[in-house]
Amino acid sequence: MDLRTTEAPPSADERLAVDSVLGPPESGWFGGGRTPLDGHIAVGGLSLARRRRHLLLPSLHALQERVGSITPAGLGYLCTRLDMAPAEAYGVASAYALFSFEPGPPVVVHVCDDVACLAASGGDPAGDLARHHGPAGSRTAVTWRPSPCLGHCEHGSAALVQAAGERGGRASLAPFARGDMDRLAALGADLVLADLPVPLALVPQAGAEGTRLLRRVGRLDPSSIDAYRAAGGYEGLRRALEIGPQGVVAELKDAKLLGRGGAAFPTGAKWEAVARNPVRPHYFVANADESEPGTFKDRVLLDHDPYALIEALTVAGVTTGAEKGFVYLRGEYPLAAARLEHAADGARRRGLLGGDVMGSGIAFDIEVRRGAGAYIAGEETALFNSLEGRRPEPRNKPPYPVDRGLFDKPTGVNNVETLLSVLEVLSMGASAYAQLGTPDSTGTRLFCLSGRVARRGLYEVPMGTTLGSLLDMAGGVAAGRPLRAVLLGGAAGSFVGPDDLDLPLSFEGARAAGTTLGSGVVVVLDDTVDMTAFVGRVARFFRDESCGQCVPCRVGTQRQEEAVARLAAGRPLGSVDDELALLADLDQVMRDASICGLGQTASSAVTSALRQGLIGDGAHLANGRRR
Amino acid sequence: MSTLPPAPTPLTLRRNVQVTIDGEQVAVPEGSTVLEACRARGAEVPTLCYLETLAPVNVCRVCVVELEGSRALVPSCSRPVAPGMVVQTSSERVRTSRRMVLELLASSVDLSTAGGDVHRWIEEHGARPERHGPPAPAADRDHTHAGHHDPPAVGKAATAAQPVKRDNDQYVRDYAKCILCYKCVEACGEEAQNTFAIAVAGRGFDARISTEFDVALPESACVYCGNCIAVCPTGALMFVSEHDLRAGGEWDESRQEVTRTVCPYCGVGCNLDLHVQDNRIVKVTSPLDHDVTRGNLCVKGRFGFEFAQGG
Ligand SMILES: Cc1cc2nc3c(=O)[nH]c(=O)nc-3n(C[C@H](O)[C@H](O)[C@H](O)COP(=O)(O)O)c2cc1C
Ligand code: SF4
Ligand code: SF4
Ligand code: SF4
Ligand code: FES
Ligand code: FES
Repeated sequence: MDLRTTEAPPSADERLAVDSVLGPPESGWFGGGRTPLDGHIAVGGLSLARRRRHLLLPSLHALQERVGSITPAGLGYLCTRLDMAPAEAYGVASAYALFSFEPGPPVVVHVCDDVACLAASGGDPAGDLARHHGPAGSRTAVTWRPSPCLGHCEHGSAALVQAAGERGGRASLAPFARGDMDRLAALGADLVLADLPVPLALVPQAGAEGTRLLRRVGRLDPSSIDAYRAAGGYEGLRRALEIGPQGVVAELKDAKLLGRGGAAFPTGAKWEAVARNPVRPHYFVANADESEPGTFKDRVLLDHDPYALIEALTVAGVTTGAEKGFVYLRGEYPLAAARLEHAADGARRRGLLGGDVMGSGIAFDIEVRRGAGAYIAGEETALFNSLEGRRPEPRNKPPYPVDRGLFDKPTGVNNVETLLSVLEVLSMGASAYAQLGTPDSTGTRLFCLSGRVARRGLYEVPMGTTLGSLLDMAGGVAAGRPLRAVLLGGAAGSFVGPDDLDLPLSFEGARAAGTTLGSGVVVVLDDTVDMTAFVGRVARFFRDESCGQCVPCRVGTQRQEEAVARLAAGRPLGSVDDELALLADLDQVMRDASICGLGQTASSAVTSALRQGLIGDGAHLANGRRR
Repeated sequence: MSTLPPAPTPLTLRRNVQVTIDGEQVAVPEGSTVLEACRARGAEVPTLCYLETLAPVNVCRVCVVELEGSRALVPSCSRPVAPGMVVQTSSERVRTSRRMVLELLASSVDLSTAGGDVHRWIEEHGARPERHGPPAPAADRDHTHAGHHDPPAVGKAATAAQPVKRDNDQYVRDYAKCILCYKCVEACGEEAQNTFAIAVAGRGFDARISTEFDVALPESACVYCGNCIAVCPTGALMFVSEHDLRAGGEWDESRQEVTRTVCPYCGVGCNLDLHVQDNRIVKVTSPLDHDVTRGNLCVKGRFGFEFAQGG
């Protein structure tokens, strides 16, 4: 490869940032000081440098945090270190929302204007901010930008503060009021992120009888491994080591545990396929990229019960024969990042991770990697590409991850809630677990209640609980107003109406009703919500989050947003029927011909909104079939 | 890399696999793609991002077919055949998706130099790009921020329209014509040239082919091998000579002659196809099926022809 990087030298800060991830340069060949030897010996280390490409994303984070943007000189130095072409590195970096490429203000406040906050605010959070603080991205010391869902939806408003400099980094602020923006603006570059209040989690059931996944949340010190162990922690791993991989897989199969990440894939079968694959090494990934608008369940678990994920991922690793596990955590969860790192360190110190896990002689360790603002990186194969330092673009399937996943090796990947449910299966035993829920959807499920509901928060109920009783638990619609609709499953889900309150929240119940549980999103909408703006926001989300790889989704999400805007403005091209036909065509091509689940579900909410007459002039699509 | 001849086909015969295409049985060698099976059966399946000499990236989705037992349609260009597959190449579902892919492309990209097949497919499938509205004005597509965009005025259709990039004497890049088929990136990188001067940047509708920070080609790693031009299906990448003749209304393929010769510069023996109009070389290609070049050349063979016409 003809590597050619920019001539401009990196600043001292940029060097420090990159070296903090990669270590000091090995020699003059890699951007270090030149020694007389460099001119005489050929270096065989280039392929080694290239093998560190997976450190691209961590290094980009370091640059962004230290200097506030990715500059040509900073990227050039990084590319020299990794022996990587700058065009490729730029291609990767520019696919993420949290990196910027123009020198910007030291403090950027990303303010959520997505579905749950939009519904809760009863107005237009981004518009309000613009009126008081000037347009997004203005060149003041503290600027703001609208953001997709930040995963703190139970507060009804949220922001992520990103600061550059020696003590640069990120912190969440939820709830977030306009006054907070005033205070941040007044502080300017003097802001100390650590001084910001740590967001709480709203878990109305915390510690209540009958909760499983939530039983430790809010009751334990999340930084204490002793507290975790005293509450029964690490009994799951002990049992997994006792009964061995075959035993664990049998338990998961008997428990009929299905994945909570959206696709409802049987977990036991997945683990078995990885465990049996003769190709080595194996990897296991905890998918903590949680970015589906309206979802905050994984955040609550990670913030308040971090050891549980570390333990569960260790169970997955020792069962599937992986020596290395990754937690892929969305970049907007700084608190979870710190607590997970702390928990992994604690486990390592106690011999619960590392060369000899719990004295079993089995080696397994965990690394926490941060995403950088890309919903698509939660799709499992895009996630692998992201970890490898490539663009977060989904891969073609087959081959499936259990055959060729991370670094093209057999890989298991599960959602956080799935992994924590594995611990419940191990602690209760498969048959007791299978008693919970319905025969086909066993166990409990987390639901994220947000929007116009009396008690927003995270709820855990047995699978099969009806939508109506879940809403009742949360006190019904806020201020006793009439229910207009519920967005179920997230932006990739669909709307259900006031007539659907007896819908059983199980995989088969949702399927039979033509909808999906998705990631457990329940955004409650009453008659105060501007449905046109709400559906427009969903359309904009997919337009912004498409990876752009395939035509149906890249152009289809753009055209869908435009068509929804025309209907909303009452300015159809041709007749309203023409527009509905166009939207139906877009729905079909995205659903049928897109590469991945993003494009395949990008029209689902819009289509269901039209069918239910939630937008436009009440026009329904010709055939009343709901999907 | 590209100059390595393909591995000789082993003499042991590959097993045949039986599949059903549009109701008829065909037998194709194991390891073939569904596309190859469709072609063996004589069914026309349009392709845009597929090229025999590149690993399939299956991104354009114009080649999708209906596979029995599969929830979504499948890209024929990359899906290997399996015994007993039942495939429809022209069902209502397939035709709708194909029509929409073509319509979406035609509504957002300038396909004027994309070749006759594309226009025939658009016509045959009844794609109607105009129903998405008149195009929004050209926009700066090189400095978009992932996850943010300004929607076009209500009633207007966003497109890839942007100024032509002309920053060197060899070729122009007119990304208003780019369908993002990834072929140039593949050819510049792993699949042929190993230079990695260009990559896909940005995401979603703002995704684009770019050098680092959109620097001009002379500041990039580009070595002007032109292998990207050779694979570009839409004319987004074009010899300056062809671009200027077209701009002057003088490009006329009926007046062109293609002469095959061997590159005079070195001993590798690359075949050159010289495209000559009015006694001047207007572009140079290399045959895809040539086992030395597989369509690729270096800067000397591709652009070093001025001496042949007296400077
Ligand atoms: C666009 C897109 C985004 C996704 N994001 C997530 C995510 O943030 N977290 C997650 O667990 N799964 C996500 N998934 C699903 C994963 O691809 C995968 O199915 C899941 O992690 C498997 O875990 P499970 O078997 O435990 O459900 C996403 C899928 C798509 C198509
Ligand atoms: S469907 Fe969308 S997100 Fe998925 S690969 Fe295609 S363009 Fe990317
Ligand atoms: S001319 Fe060659 S080196 Fe330059 S961009 Fe095209 S393929 Fe890459
Ligand atoms: S420039 Fe040409 S080859 Fe490259 S992606 Fe665009 S259309 Fe394809
Ligand atoms: S944090 Fe605002 S929608 Fe989730
Ligand atoms: S030709 Fe198959 S997807 Fe493009």
